[in-house]
Amino acid sequence: MAEKKRLKDLSFWQKIYIPEIINGLGITLSNMFKPSFTMEYPEVKFEPPASYRGRPVLALEENGEERCVACGLCSRVCPALAIEVQAGETDREKERYPEKFEINMLRCIFCGFCEEVCPEEAIIMSKDYELAFTNREDAIYGKEKLFVPVSQLQDRIQFLRERK
Amino acid sequence: MEILQIAVITLVKILIVVTLMLLTVSYLVYFERKISAWAQNRVGPNRVGPAGLLQPFADVFKLLLKEDIVPFAATKSIHTLAPMLALFVAFTTYAVIPIGPSVEIFGYKVDLVVADVNMGILYILALTSVGVYAITFSGWSSGSKYSLLGGVRSSAQMISYEISMGFSIAGVLLFAESLRPVAIVNAQSGLMWNAFVQPIGFITFVVAAFAETNRLPFDLPEAEPELVGGYHTEYSSMKFAGFFLAEYANMIIASAMIITLYLGGWQVPYIEKLGLPDYAVVLIQVTAFFVKMGVLLFFIIWVRWSLPRFRYDQLMDLGWKVMFPLSLLNLIWVAILIMIMN
Repeated sequence: MAEKKRLKDLSFWQKIYIPEIINGLGITLSNMFKPSFTMEYPEVKFEPPASYRGRPVLALEENGEERCVACGLCSRVCPALAIEVQAGETDREKERYPEKFEINMLRCIFCGFCEEVCPEEAIIMSKDYELAFTNREDAIYGKEKLFVPVSQLQDRIQFLRERK
Repeated sequence: MEILQIAVITLVKILIVVTLMLLTVSYLVYFERKISAWAQNRVGPNRVGPAGLLQPFADVFKLLLKEDIVPFAATKSIHTLAPMLALFVAFTTYAVIPIGPSVEIFGYKVDLVVADVNMGILYILALTSVGVYAITFSGWSSGSKYSLLGGVRSSAQMISYEISMGFSIAGVLLFAESLRPVAIVNAQSGLMWNAFVQPIGFITFVVAAFAETNRLPFDLPEAEPELVGGYHTEYSSMKFAGFFLAEYANMIIASAMIITLYLGGWQVPYIEKLGLPDYAVVLIQVTAFFVKMGVLLFFIIWVRWSLPRFRYDQLMDLGWKVMFPLSLLNLIWVAILIMIMN
């Protein structure tokens, strides 16, 4: 039977190591002169693309009105049970507003279901990824922390309209 | 010269050498990290001081402040002795390596070597063999499987490679007809560097030197994936630092040995033809020694970040079936050369 040539069979030059070693050394040396990929984090911050799902926030219209109508769909769909909404009534056109809107950031898994289910484009995943708390109370984000002007969320909204 | 004078001069030399060693060792660690970072397109330490230059001191402070843990199963006395032994060997070996020719300083004739021993090479070989004990002791006394395996591997590896190392050195000794490091350097004047005269011996010696210093691709004693940390698994705080420093000091010694035996020591080929004043020649020669050393140290680190580790059987195969015959071949080659030249 003829001997089969296999892929792992080494040639003579590969067997005596030295040319291959020089080859390898050349690769590392050439890498030494390439620019580094390191992002020096606290000074240089990562700017995520529009598809990034960071901390969920509530959109605030230009005139200062909240978009949320407290339908409770987000709270309903949330697989981690992180969202708590209590509705209230107003005399404005939309009639309902969230009296209380809390997201427990220790529970949130950043799945984006709340954003997907929201009929008003009110709850939106922002690009904020710097979430650190020193105690559990701090991790529950109330309305004052959740509201973000809609102008800051434009590219995510754009992304959602194109892809959703 | 009076005894007192000799004593003072030697003490000053020891002081200079030890200080230099400690500084180089600490900055070698820094450069190891920097070069590894460059090879992997990273930045490396850059937080402590400008460009991270104070990082070695931060590391030492951290290690000093750590708790010193001795395992319950350890044999305490030997456990403590091992890192001391490693450091002792690493720092004493340097005594016989010359960094330059004899110079006149303030009317005194000073050799730029701590001790110009006529058995210098034997002294180095003997001491580096004692260095095996440090690793074997630490592995044996730690009372841990990983440490023991590391220690055993290390002693087997050192014994296998010391043979080819010894035979490669024999080739050099045949040429120089002396065991004095200074005489060996002097025998390599001009372009008669042993690296060119006996290239096979050079390669076998460099490979053996890598194996003796336990550097990659021969770092089986501390192979992280299999042995956790190898022989220093059970060490912490300054005892660990002792091993760490000894490893880097050994690197310096290995490169100094390679320079002395094969790369012409402090010699710069044909420098005498430039007609420079004496002090300038000496200065250039000493600088040349340190430049050669720097290049070699870079090479050692560079190899570490390029090559994978050998498997244990491959290591033994290489040691006994390749390096040993090659070094014998080199010895024959040198003998033929001497026969032709005389």
